[in-house]
Amino acid sequence: MLSALSLLLVCQLCGEVVVRWLALPVPGPVAGMLLLFLLLLLREGPGEELRTTSQNLLKHLSLLFVPAGTGIVVHLGRIGEQWLALLLSLLLSTVLTLLITAWVMQWCAGRKA
Amino acid sequence: MTPPIGEIWVYLSASPLLGLTVTLLAYQTAHWLYVRSGQRPLANPVLIAVAMLATLLWLTGTAYETYFAGAQFVHFLLGPATVALAVPLYTQFKRVRSMLLPISAGLLAGSLTAIISAVLIARLFGADLATQASLAPKSVTTPIAMGIAEQIGGLPSLTAVLVIFTGVLGAIVGGRIFRLAGVSDPAICGFSLGVASHGIGTARAFQQDEQRGAFAALAMGLNGLLTALLLPVFAGWLIQ
Repeated sequence: MLSALSLLLVCQLCGEVVVRWLALPVPGPVAGMLLLFLLLLLREGPGEELRTTSQNLLKHLSLLFVPAGTGIVVHLGRIGEQWLALLLSLLLSTVLTLLITAWVMQWCAGRKA
Repeated sequence: MTPPIGEIWVYLSASPLLGLTVTLLAYQTAHWLYVRSGQRPLANPVLIAVAMLATLLWLTGTAYETYFAGAQFVHFLLGPATVALAVPLYTQFKRVRSMLLPISAGLLAGSLTAIISAVLIARLFGADLATQASLAPKSVTTPIAMGIAEQIGGLPSLTAVLVIFTGVLGAIVGGRIFRLAGVSDPAICGFSLGVASHGIGTARAFQQDEQRGAFAALAMGLNGLLTALLLPVFAGWLIQ
């Protein structure tokens, strides 16, 4: 557990450093994810410890979005004024994105098969 | 002599302990309700927890900054959790390699749809420039979206909220949309959910099975990258 957490933090730290150093438009944690992925390719798979730690962390991934989501209280004024535009934009755009991504992928996968 | 309750409140409201504790309690309650409902998408735990906490802040007259001083410890874990997504990605790597064409085409189509449709629909219904710019990166994960919003003239903290509601919406409607559209391949469902609804879609996908989860995680990472590269290039032209 402890060594797996350290590994995750070290990857994130390296990711942050690389991103800042090369001025990449990517957030540090995403670079850290790529780094860990390359490491796993080299080591041919995660050990038992990393596997269980990441599983536990990802099991409650939604919890981690709660503090930022609660930030809605700061923007109630703007949301109240433009609620219709926001609601329709979020809802329709999300549905469209789901549909178009899935259809394009299915079409490409079908053509290849 | 016991101090008056008001004094205890003064202490608690200045310490990060309270914000952290109520975040965990609210989420646990929301998660319990979600499981009790038979994991109905509408009982999304993020949605319920945020509603409870927002009501609590309003009732107690607590500023968001005060609450966040405690909640930031949970927020911080988003970083290591993003890194941890490499593990399921690795276990699904064979399937990913066999689907390179559908993945690249789906990613490009989905990423552009998410950005352009969000901005155009908002503009059509009278959203101002700052709201449009805050909406544009709504389908990518919170830290990336906030960075992009700042770059293109949006309000990063509003973007964070919109990102989370996009995630919740995708997690709620995803399953139904895929059934209606006749899409059943778990890899395609997972990937589409990750493109449209980042980490919250990914969390929902992981609750279904590991393949969906891994493809959602991949999509979330790739869409974050692509949006960060693409959006600043044509934001000026799109947002008017």
